[in-house]
Amino acid sequence: MATIIRVEHLGKQYRIGGPSAAYSTLRETLVGAARAPLRWATRKRGEGHNGQSRIWAVKDVSFEVQAGEVVGIIGRNGAGKSTLLKLLSRITEPTTGSVDLYGRVGSLLEVGTGFHPELSGRENVYLNGAILGMARQEIAQKFDEIVAFAEVEKFIDTPVKHYSSGMYLRLAFAVAAHLEPEILIVDEVLAVGDARFQRKCLDKMRTVGQQGRTVLFVSHNMPAITRLCPRTIMLSEGGVLEDGPSHLVVSTYLNSGLGTVAAREWADASKAPGNDIVRLRAVRVVTEAGATIEAVDIRKPVGIEVTFDVLREGHLLVPNMAFYNEESVLIFMAHDTEPEWRARARTVGRHTSTAWVPGNFFAEGSITVDVAVSSHVPSVEVHLHESDAVAFQVIDSLDGDSARGDFAGPIPGVVRPRLRWTNEFRGEEASSASAAGVLANSPTAAR
Amino acid sequence: MSTRESTGGFEKVEVHPAGAPTPVPASPHLSAPPLPAEPLVKIRPRSSWVALDLADLWSYRELLYFLTWRDIKVRYKQTALGAAWAILQPLFLMLIFTLFFGRVAGLAPGGVPYPLFAFTGLVPWTFFANAVSSSGNSLVGNANLITKVYFPRLLVPMAAVAAGLVDFALSFVLLIVIMIYYGVRPTWQLALLPALVLLTTLCATGVGLLLSALNVKYRDIRFALPFLIQLWLFVSSVIVPSSVLPERGRWLLALNPMSGIIEGYRAALLGQPFDWTSLSVATLGTLAVLACAVVAFRRMEKQFADII
Repeated sequence: MATIIRVEHLGKQYRIGGPSAAYSTLRETLVGAARAPLRWATRKRGEGHNGQSRIWAVKDVSFEVQAGEVVGIIGRNGAGKSTLLKLLSRITEPTTGSVDLYGRVGSLLEVGTGFHPELSGRENVYLNGAILGMARQEIAQKFDEIVAFAEVEKFIDTPVKHYSSGMYLRLAFAVAAHLEPEILIVDEVLAVGDARFQRKCLDKMRTVGQQGRTVLFVSHNMPAITRLCPRTIMLSEGGVLEDGPSHLVVSTYLNSGLGTVAAREWADASKAPGNDIVRLRAVRVVTEAGATIEAVDIRKPVGIEVTFDVLREGHLLVPNMAFYNEESVLIFMAHDTEPEWRARARTVGRHTSTAWVPGNFFAEGSITVDVAVSSHVPSVEVHLHESDAVAFQVIDSLDGDSARGDFAGPIPGVVRPRLRWTNEFRGEEASSASAAGVLANSPTAAR
Repeated sequence: MSTRESTGGFEKVEVHPAGAPTPVPASPHLSAPPLPAEPLVKIRPRSSWVALDLADLWSYRELLYFLTWRDIKVRYKQTALGAAWAILQPLFLMLIFTLFFGRVAGLAPGGVPYPLFAFTGLVPWTFFANAVSSSGNSLVGNANLITKVYFPRLLVPMAAVAAGLVDFALSFVLLIVIMIYYGVRPTWQLALLPALVLLTTLCATGVGLLLSALNVKYRDIRFALPFLIQLWLFVSSVIVPSSVLPERGRWLLALNPMSGIIEGYRAALLGQPFDWTSLSVATLGTLAVLACAVVAFRRMEKQFADII
């Protein structure tokens, strides 16, 4: 395979703050030029003045991508992902270093770039296609396919300002999904649309990868990264922190505590979810050792720890929770049924309840948890309910001792239990008898 | 590390959920199209002065078409009068000018009725003024494109000027009607009209490019633009012919290409003699403005996405 993208010591510096930063006025520049005409003429790149500070959004980044590779790019907000993509797609220019691209680049930093609300769906498809670098003929050829993919056939001649936001995004993504450059650069665009459409887009992207096109894919969706990209580059503070097989890089990322959705805390009790009986104070996703964890090994148990304050005596309180997968399918609900507080009113003070989900239960993917505390006796009353309280990723590594065994492909399904299988060997005679029958009935199989 | 990694990862195999992994039938792409020996795109930090990349511009010609087409399509959406505005603008200006200046004796030279004199100037002027103002604001107005996708930035102000040509053509229709009303006979001099239209377009492009680029960095331009255009109108021989100025002040008008161009339109349309000197000066001036604008634009262009 040949190198299609070569990035060497790439750097991009931005000015922040200071008197003549982004928003300068003509007057300031004129006055400045009048005061120091020579400095204006001779000022060099990278030379700070007036004490303004500069930051490197991307610094000394080097990597190569082979033709046909699908590479994920991850990193915290502000790690330089977006700047890197902007540099590679030529939207902004580097301060240092170089990039060589051995193919046409299509970049998709946003869906629906250039969509105009007053134009019809049809007109926007052409306009958007042209903006993304498609030839008119190419768009015309793919037009029906694009409209069918977006599922907006009926409204294609309606101005898009009358579209629902879902329709708008579907149409926008459909155009982008039909781009066919040799190198496709995709930013977090899959975070839009409903779950079913997201799935469709992921599938579409996967076919893009399979056609031998090179894809750079930035996302916060770690299951998508591990599924789509064999290789992942992790950025931190503008530089490459790790570059390697996705499942390794992704678990480093998730375990480095860079993620934050696995723990929530309500410091101000008055603003915490709840009522005058009970208030939610914290929710965490925890390991058996008690550490907060965002990426859960599919084989390991995971606990959801709910901390709440009971403010009033005399209520039977049942912490409970609901688990959803990334398609918003409710996987299951759970109530605290332990005898400890089951028939006994909770005392005033802080309580912590942890629900343990066994290992080898969830399917791979991202799991979101709703947390609630309610009373069921004498009457059903929900004291607090927090949707999407915490989330975590379930990672199915390829180590071979999870339910996936040696099977490397995507496995559908809401849960992925590792079942006990029993096997019996019934002896050779039984098989040879029936095999004889099969052979007798199938002439082509006879030697 | 898993041994599977060495096969290039599991996305390379299409698998049936219940079956054994089967390799994807080699698609024509999978055999990897031979990559060019030289990079198609080289990204380097740019020095301040960069040449105009005409090949790049040419490869994006369809986008110029689509951007122009969008500007035209969208311009009169949700207006009651629609494209009639293209005609109403110069028409009303003509009526007002006629009311205020038409009575002043000796204004219109060569026995040309003042309304005709004013309108022949106002039609190209309106095109120029609208083109400069819309292209001056075009980059800022398309910030969402600039920050999200690459294409030669020159296309945006160019498209804004090109979109004005449609209005120009519409108002020309009214001009023809008025010329027929006043019994103007066409002469061979009309042959120069396309050249004049081209010159006006280039001049508007030059000024528009410069202002649009400055507007990205200095939003002062947005406020200065209408004012600038208004002032410019008074020194462009639209309201009064340059001949009313004292002899020693006329060279000043010559510095303004639009003055020579608009007098050129009048000569071509009304069959008056061309002032070749002022036309040549206007042509040179236009080309100089355009060249400076392109150079300045290219110099400022690399910052657009960062500061817009």
